[in-house]
Amino acid sequence: MKKDKKSNIELTKKNTINLALWTIAWVLTMAISTFGPLLLWEGNSLLTALAILLTLLVGIGMIFANIRHLNGLDELQRKIQLEAMGIALGLAVVVGLAYSSLDQTNLISYDAEISHLVILIGITYLAAVLIGNSRYR
Amino acid sequence: MKNKIKVLRAEHELTQQQLAEKVDVSRQTINAIEKGKFDPSLPLAFKISKLFKMSIEEIFISE
Repeated sequence: MKKDKKSNIELTKKNTINLALWTIAWVLTMAISTFGPLLLWEGNSLLTALAILLTLLVGIGMIFANIRHLNGLDELQRKIQLEAMGIALGLAVVVGLAYSSLDQTNLISYDAEISHLVILIGITYLAAVLIGNSRYR
Repeated sequence: MKNKIKVLRAEHELTQQQLAEKVDVSRQTINAIEKGKFDPSLPLAFKISKLFKMSIEEIFISE
C-alpha cells in the first residue's frame, strides 16, 4: 500500500487539526440549532429546520474527519483508540439501557436524558485513552 | 513475543526516536515493542527487519 510521502507524525498532526476544526464547527452549529430558536429567531420553524440540517451535515463531515484521523494514526495509537472506543461503546449500551430501565420503572425521580449518556461516553472514552497511553508507555 | 530490537538498536547506535522516524511510527510504539507490550504489524516487522538487514524470525521470537 503506497502511503503519502508525509511522515506519520506530520499526517497525524494535520488530521488532528482537521478533526478539531470539524468538531468546533459541529459544536457551533449544535449551539446555533439549540439556542437559535430561543434567542435568535423565535418560532421560525424553517430556520430551525435549516439549522438542524446544517448540524447534521457538519456532523457527517466530523465523522469522516474522525475516520481519516484514525486511519492516519500510528498502529499503537490505533489500538489504544480502538480499545477506548470499545469500552466507551460497550458502557454506553449497558449503562444506557440500565439507566433507561430505571427511568421507565420510575426507580429514579428524574427523566433519563440523552445528554447524561453523551457525558458518560465522553468521560469513559477520555479515561480509556489516557489509561491506554499510560499502559503502553 | 520477544524481540532483539533493543540490542540491534544499540548495535546500530540508534535512539528509540531515530528508529521510530526510520520506520515511520512513534517513539512510544518502539518502546512498547521493545518492552514486549505490543506486537508490531507484519508491515512494520518487515520495515524493521529490512532496516537491520535481518529476517523477521531473527528479530522476533515467538514465545
